[in-house]
Amino acid sequence: MKHRPILVGALLVVVIYGCSKADDVMSFMGFRKPANFGAPVYKLENNDITQAGFELGRKLFYEPRLSRNNTISCGDCHIQTSAFTHHGHDVSHGIDDRLGSRNSPPIMNMAWSQTFMWDGGVFDLDLQPIVPITNPVEMDETMANVLEKLRAHPQYPALFKKAFGTSEITGPRMMKAMSQFMVMLVSANSRYDSVVRQQGPAFTPDEQAGYVIFKSKCSNCHQEPLFTDNSFRNNGIGVGYNDDQGRYTTTLNPADKYCFKVPSLRNLAYTAPYMHDGRLLTLDAVLDHYTHEMQDMPTLDPLLKQNSTLGIAVTTTERGLLLSFLNTLNDKHFITDKRFSEQAQ
Amino acid sequence: MKRILTLIGIATFIMACSKESNPAPAPTGEKATLSIQFDNIIGSKNLQLNTGNYTNAAGEQFSISKLQYYISNIRVKTTAGVEFVVPQDSSYFLVNEAEPASQFLKVRVPEGDYATLTFVLGVDSLRSTMDISKRTGALDPSSGMDAGMYWGWNSGYIFFKMEGLSAAAPVDPSGQNKFRYHIGGFGGYSAPTLNNIKTIVIDLTAGGIARVRKGREANIHIMTDVMKLFNGGTMVSIAAHPTVMFSDYSVLIANNYTSMFTHDHTEN
Ligand code: HEC
Ligand code: HEC
Repeated sequence: MKHRPILVGALLVVVIYGCSKADDVMSFMGFRKPANFGAPVYKLENNDITQAGFELGRKLFYEPRLSRNNTISCGDCHIQTSAFTHHGHDVSHGIDDRLGSRNSPPIMNMAWSQTFMWDGGVFDLDLQPIVPITNPVEMDETMANVLEKLRAHPQYPALFKKAFGTSEITGPRMMKAMSQFMVMLVSANSRYDSVVRQQGPAFTPDEQAGYVIFKSKCSNCHQEPLFTDNSFRNNGIGVGYNDDQGRYTTTLNPADKYCFKVPSLRNLAYTAPYMHDGRLLTLDAVLDHYTHEMQDMPTLDPLLKQNSTLGIAVTTTERGLLLSFLNTLNDKHFITDKRFSEQAQ
Repeated sequence: MKRILTLIGIATFIMACSKESNPAPAPTGEKATLSIQFDNIIGSKNLQLNTGNYTNAAGEQFSISKLQYYISNIRVKTTAGVEFVVPQDSSYFLVNEAEPASQFLKVRVPEGDYATLTFVLGVDSLRSTMDISKRTGALDPSSGMDAGMYWGWNSGYIFFKMEGLSAAAPVDPSGQNKFRYHIGGFGGYSAPTLNNIKTIVIDLTAGGIARVRKGREANIHIMTDVMKLFNGGTMVSIAAHPTVMFSDYSVLIANNYTSMFTHDHTEN
């Protein structure tokens, strides 16, 4: 009888312990579509997102063994604090400091992307990691070697078992796990989102005025809520240093020459430099481009050459307003979300 | 007892139905192995990697260091005109001149006498865009890539690859006078682009029909004359086109090599 309180206490501890464990499991909520986004494009039915799969994907994303000399991971060129871009690099550099030819785009809201890469050459997120792994200027490794390294690793067989039921390590499983991590990288908690979802304070008058300008001058291409319409266009920045012809290289359609994927404008504060080859360092430079540095070319998007005038007219006052609106698209929560960080493991 | 019979009846009925909905009714009967051999030649010579020296119609001398191509979607038709489609999952092969075993494609078909062989040179667009978990064996991009038969940057298989050396080719960054023909293109996923998928139909009547029987292995012996790549409707010059990959010119090369297959004979 005397022992009863202790027993009860012990029971309580067990219950609480049990609860907190359950909480842990509950805290992985899987993939959730933000209320202001459309249906995802990624075929979730072919890749059930689980906590174990997501965590395996995260580990692989930060795994330097994916490169020939075990030095470069995906996370080196896609850094969370820079919204998963290669901050400070116009074109990203990879293994042995070899230079690539394009600016590393943010990995965010991938579930809504119809195609990947600046030229849309990859049509399925599951096929994406093969490209950097085997690219000589990125990770310069073969898939067969990567799989061998993972099989020989003390942790991976068990992690694959947790995620897929058996410890077999195959290319498709590896790709599926990496997609699970990347699909979870949803950025939808900017001020803009909270305004649109009516979850927070409204826009300031400046931001609101900037939003109106944005909708009339930019959103044809940078369409809400992703701030891209997923199309490929020539925005008149002119031929780059390496004559990258963009979409044309994958379609061979002359109308696609120098067209690039319309990038999202979310998280611009963290993703400089801008454009496919990172040639513009600031948002002011971007707006200079749109207002008075546009170059005419046969494939220039007609929206940027209306009434035979090149560019988009934006007054100095309008520019300030536009910038304050663009600033509402930064999602601090996304770049600090612990679930996505290398340290989370 | 009656119940079971009814059930069997229903099952038979369903099976009959599903069979009927097939475009071409498959010959019934037990399955046996049919072997299809791809014997790579060049003009009137047997192909020898690296050591053989050849001359094309443009008068250019060359040797060949690599030859690989995908054969898929195999179908056979009996002398009576009944077609059997090899189940797609077991109908993708990578023929590699450097690996003799890869030149014998083994498929299971019902016993019968076959007079027509049809296959795809390349990988059909449906499979080219399928979920990665459905692309196994020769098609696993994570191993096909290592065989060098997959373009990662432009998601798609390389259907046909031939490389070699020729004084007619300019010196490349590795210091070699190398020519490279990497031909692919399944038509595009999000936007239409070139399509180099080729369906080849071969009449076996003259060279000998394939008599597929259990306990034996009929072998259809096909000669693949890769000289056709150079000497066809378009006369391809190594000097003018040392490297052809994903480009409009690849269509002309693919049109040329479509005629490279001939049926030599059948071993029954
Ligand atoms: C050396 C730097 C580098 C490394 C390492 C790297 N990437 Fe990238 N990533 C890039 C660049 C540059 C691009 C744009 C390439 C292009 O458009 O041609 C890109 C594009 C992407 C995209 C497409 C994004 C979009 O919106 O189109 C995804 C997804 C991606 N990378 C994921 C990965 C994964 C997964 C890994 C590791 C397996 C990885 N990256 C490793 C530099 C890198
Ligand atoms: C005709 C379509 C179109 C219109 C209109 C348009 N853009 Fe763009 N924008 C693009 C394309 C295409 C790119 C990528 C070009 C490249 O990299 O070659 C781009 C790139 C950008 C980038 C760089 C983003 C990054 O991550 O690199 C910014 C910022 C930008 N646009 C802002 C704007 C603003 C602000 C407006 C309105 C004043 C605007 N755009 C109007 C098509 C358009």
